[in-house]
Amino acid sequence: MSASTVQATAASTRPTQGRPRFARSTTSRGRKSIWLTIIMCVMLVYSLLPLFWLIVNSSKTQESLFSSFGLWFSGDFALFDNIAQVLTYHDGEFVRWLGNTVLYVVVGAGGATFLATLAGYGLAKFDFPGRKGVFAVILGAVAVPGTALAVPTFLMFSEMGLTNTGWSIIIPSLISPFGLYLVWTYASEAIPTEILEAARVDGAGEMRTFFTISMRLLAPGFITVLLFTMVATWNNYFLPLIMLSESTWYPLTVGLNQWNAQASTAGGEAIYNLVITGSLLTIVPIVIAFLFMQRYWQSGLTTGSVK
Amino acid sequence: MSYSTHRRGKRAIALATAAFALGATLVGCSSDAGGRGNADDIEAALQEESTITVWAWAPAVEKIAEAFEEKYPKITVNVENVGTGNDQYTKLQNAIKAGSGAPDVAQIEYYALPQFVLSESLVDLNQYGFGDLEDKFTASTWNSMSMDGKLYGLPQDSGPMAMFYRKDVFDKYGIEIPETWDDYIAAGKTIHEADPNSYITSDTGDAGFTTSMIWQAGGHPYSVDGTNVGINFQDEGSKKWADTWNELVENDLLAPTGSWTDEWFRGLSDGTIATLIIGAWMPGNLEGQAPEGAGDWRVAPMPQYEAGDTATAENGGSGDAVLEQSDNKAVAAAFVKFMNAEEDGTSISIDMGGFPSTTADLQSDEFLNYESDYFGGQQINKVLSEAADNVVEGWQYAPFQVYANSIYADTVGQSYANHSDLNEGLKAWQKAQEKYGAEQGFTITD
Repeated sequence: MSASTVQATAASTRPTQGRPRFARSTTSRGRKSIWLTIIMCVMLVYSLLPLFWLIVNSSKTQESLFSSFGLWFSGDFALFDNIAQVLTYHDGEFVRWLGNTVLYVVVGAGGATFLATLAGYGLAKFDFPGRKGVFAVILGAVAVPGTALAVPTFLMFSEMGLTNTGWSIIIPSLISPFGLYLVWTYASEAIPTEILEAARVDGAGEMRTFFTISMRLLAPGFITVLLFTMVATWNNYFLPLIMLSESTWYPLTVGLNQWNAQASTAGGEAIYNLVITGSLLTIVPIVIAFLFMQRYWQSGLTTGSVK
Repeated sequence: MSYSTHRRGKRAIALATAAFALGATLVGCSSDAGGRGNADDIEAALQEESTITVWAWAPAVEKIAEAFEEKYPKITVNVENVGTGNDQYTKLQNAIKAGSGAPDVAQIEYYALPQFVLSESLVDLNQYGFGDLEDKFTASTWNSMSMDGKLYGLPQDSGPMAMFYRKDVFDKYGIEIPETWDDYIAAGKTIHEADPNSYITSDTGDAGFTTSMIWQAGGHPYSVDGTNVGINFQDEGSKKWADTWNELVENDLLAPTGSWTDEWFRGLSDGTIATLIIGAWMPGNLEGQAPEGAGDWRVAPMPQYEAGDTATAENGGSGDAVLEQSDNKAVAAAFVKFMNAEEDGTSISIDMGGFPSTTADLQSDEFLNYESDYFGGQQINKVLSEAADNVVEGWQYAPFQVYANSIYADTVGQSYANHSDLNEGLKAWQKAQEKYGAEQGFTITD
């Protein structure tokens, strides 16, 4: 597959970003397809509608949530009121959960990305016996969903006395076989072996070469993996659900679900407005991270796939 | 209390964990953690500094814990809400399997209790003399917590079923309060014919509701004796319910609205869902989540198969058990008693919307004469308290009910989805449960 077809495909699956570089390569191929445009519009609505719903409904009070039309604003605009309530409800536990989530993301996803980069680079650029075996294990590991491992992991951590602590979330998050695989393919392409040899000839140690030369060349791949692991850790639900039994350690996902469940209990206070506003606040950081890093992400992905 | 099990779309996960959980159930007989206690132990233990952990989702428990700490200053009670219903059972089962990490006290719904009893993870509270408390509780809730002469906890709340209905809708279409299910179905036709967007009730298939309805019809689909489990969803009562409810399912007379969704509460607010056949804990939820229905709702006894009957069933409700893993069982037992059998505890629970399981509370004048503004001044507790007396006796749940409910949507749920005979769905459900039970090492009897 040539690089240009990959770019063309990439362009057609994400028309919203309309980067001129891509646009030129598609238009040069022929007329615009009306059908394609329609399908794209449908996809666009499909993707944006839930977001729109979230924004609209986080502006409503608990009462107007059930009495007004779901896809448009009701009379009162209570967004700021809702936000204030979300941040202070139940002694501000939302803020605590936000802090936990940030901690898990920074340490877990950051660590996972660093380890994946280190290992992927090593596998791509050093020849050693057993490399094929490692490759097979990692490919296999990509195929195993985390959910399947959650309960065995719980039992293991319980043995070690780590359940119900932040470690029980951070340690499993540190492993990202997919990230490792991505860095590996990226590193084989992006780092010419000649550069490494030149560095060695000039007397640089392997570590120094890695941090001063290779890391810079790997930046797009690094950011891509960082984005993936960040999203995965930010949205991590099942693992913390199983591991944690004290709400002080909850991440936002589990905490919001607890708020949501509270309405279906006798005597429970219904706070759907806070659940919705809380969800909106929860996705804001991840949306920002995406917008901020997407150009790295795009080039990182395509580079990986032309191998 | 909570009605929590089926509405979340995590069936696959629940399935995986439930399967795992029960695999552990039959093999893992817990070791006896050093000696039995007695009533004197409790008094002594309460005078020493100690801490207990309680897993519960009922909001009242936190307040009750504060009251307990005030009465016994040396005790610290940590209340953790680790999830409502299923989420908590998954955690509890995991902790039991792991051998550590379980709380001292756990809130467990009646339908889920047999599963934990079978794995011998709950303490028999008879050793503390709690058997004497039997008179304090309604027969149906007490029986839900005791099995084979052992007492595995105390009832926290109950959910005897009643019919909640919209008076304004009934008045509008000139419908009398239905006494029998035939009347009820006729009312359903009247409402839906007059307004295609209105329905007599909503039901998209719900395991807890189905079992409760079969319970009312006098069915005994489960007969459990130790590890011998008989399952028959074609017994007289089950069939009676299915044949009746078929009229609503096959004729499209049920609102296609899932319970506990915002659409549902909207339907309850604007009257397009005209009745609910549900547990007595519902009023608090209606007030909180369908505020616009204020003044329009009323309560009446559940419709009957024969005019003049009074049969009803339990729907939801939970008790509190002490875990074998606890190393502070005496204090844990004291807390369970304080919360459920002493006035200081139960009054908090009732104030916060729990429907009592204690006969003294159910019969108190204050409770019975309470006039609910939301229900247009009706003394709703008179109806609900009567329902508590009329629960059909002898019902049993399967020792793997949590799993069984998780596969309900694949079987009976399909009958609902296709508007076809519920009996077929029930047969398929039975078959799937028998297969699972046998795999788990139960002896499936006919």
